[in-house]
Amino acid sequence: MAGDTLRDCFVTAAHHSVIADPSSAVVFEKVRLARGGRVVLDDVSLRMPTGMVTAVLGPSGAGKSTLLNAITGELAPACGQLRVLDHALPCHSNAELFRLRRRMGVLLQGNGLLSDLSVFENVALPLRVHTRLPEPVLAELVHLKLNAVGLAEAAHLAPQELSGGMARRVALARALVLDPPIMLYDEPLTGLDPIACGVVLDLIRRLNDSLGLSSMVITHHVGETLPYADRAIVIANGGVCFDGTPAELQASTDPLLRQFLDGTPDGPIGFDYRSQRHG
Amino acid sequence: MGDLLPALGRMGVFLARIIGAIRPSRMFFADTLHQLHVIGSRSVSIVAVGGAFVGLVLALQGYRTLTTFGASSSLGTLLGLTLYRELGPVLAAILFCGRAGSAMAAELGLMRATDQITALSMMAIDPVGKVVAPRFLAGVLSMPLLTMVFCAFAILGGYLQAVHVLGLDAGFFWGSLQDSIDLQQDFGQALVKSVAFGLVTSLIATHVGYHTPPTIEGTSRATTQAVVQGSLMVLCLDFLISALFY
Repeated sequence: MAGDTLRDCFVTAAHHSVIADPSSAVVFEKVRLARGGRVVLDDVSLRMPTGMVTAVLGPSGAGKSTLLNAITGELAPACGQLRVLDHALPCHSNAELFRLRRRMGVLLQGNGLLSDLSVFENVALPLRVHTRLPEPVLAELVHLKLNAVGLAEAAHLAPQELSGGMARRVALARALVLDPPIMLYDEPLTGLDPIACGVVLDLIRRLNDSLGLSSMVITHHVGETLPYADRAIVIANGGVCFDGTPAELQASTDPLLRQFLDGTPDGPIGFDYRSQRHG
Repeated sequence: MGDLLPALGRMGVFLARIIGAIRPSRMFFADTLHQLHVIGSRSVSIVAVGGAFVGLVLALQGYRTLTTFGASSSLGTLLGLTLYRELGPVLAAILFCGRAGSAMAAELGLMRATDQITALSMMAIDPVGKVVAPRFLAGVLSMPLLTMVFCAFAILGGYLQAVHVLGLDAGFFWGSLQDSIDLQQDFGQALVKSVAFGLVTSLIATHVGYHTPPTIEGTSRATTQAVVQGSLMVLCLDFLISALFY
């Protein structure tokens, strides 16, 4: 049985070549993602439209971050096809992967600001490594990005001196500094107060529109995120449960989606570990 | 033995990765210089104090023993040979493991736990080149200098004890020290050993720190491993170098 499924995957991969699609920044075609032999997501087919903010929603442990790891090339699909910015993944070499990553901005849940560098140097780091810009131009660019997130005056501060919301905005400025065409946000609202949440979401929306980006926001904060998103994808029980507009999601009567949206403890999404594992 | 060979293999691969990640750029030079300050300069005080006390006790014990045979004038010889051939490089390396090796492992472990290493990778910046290679190189470059500081302070400590406390003639002390130390044989041996110890202790510290699980327990374990494995490897390597080359 398992052999049949595996063969089906290879047949699918061979026959369904993902056609280059300029309207989609990220394309998943029947992708299976596994960690340590355990399948986390199976038969995932979805598209992240260019120029839009796509919210990927789902309960904790559903596989949202696994999806992000696949897009960033950290996790190779077990089967199926995955294209990011018209580039097939997995990459053949580290150099190829790094070339692709230069075109992606990733905001990590933990921010990942280098603690021995100031805010200015953190934002300047990708420019210093990947470009040969003269110092005045580099400083101007960093200032512009910090200004875009409202932190131009905090350039001299150390990451340890920032609040959670400020640190996230600095990380956002750093992710944007190379002007990537796509932005990936991993749980950008975790640990933030409602005001900071609003500020970060407003920034995501404004930057997406003003810079012409394609953004993917991975979160379980449904109520806060949906008003800022153009599309919503819900992941639960090992696969994609919904792919549509936020309005369609809100109007859905599907018991699984309703349980997730209304936050009820009883329903198709299991609470205990065993039911989560077996879907 | 079954675990040792794969571990050595992984260490070798990591060393090759570090060497491959070294780039002659301004940023790399600045990072290495910063780490030289953090790892090297900040270890000078502990190494100097350690060296001084080792010199004091060596002179005390050596004087008592040599006096029994009427050879107290050879105290300088004993001090010089013991320090440059064995104690200087070994004890400086063990102090280095405790002071700088543990710090390197803890820093890298915390960088892993706080997503800093992942963030570098996401920015298409090689984390090994940015955070590991400067620390490794600074460790290798610092070790010979720290060994020389250790030996210098140990000889100074030995001189104070022998001449000003025990009453040995200063001429005998410095004369026997100068006559017995051969630049190539003894000073060279200290230099070779210290470079080897710097390489091994820095490699172990960066390897365990970089590959530790991103948890509190992982960081704690990496710090312990850096000190324990580093110190044991120094002792083991010291015997091998002495037995094979000197």
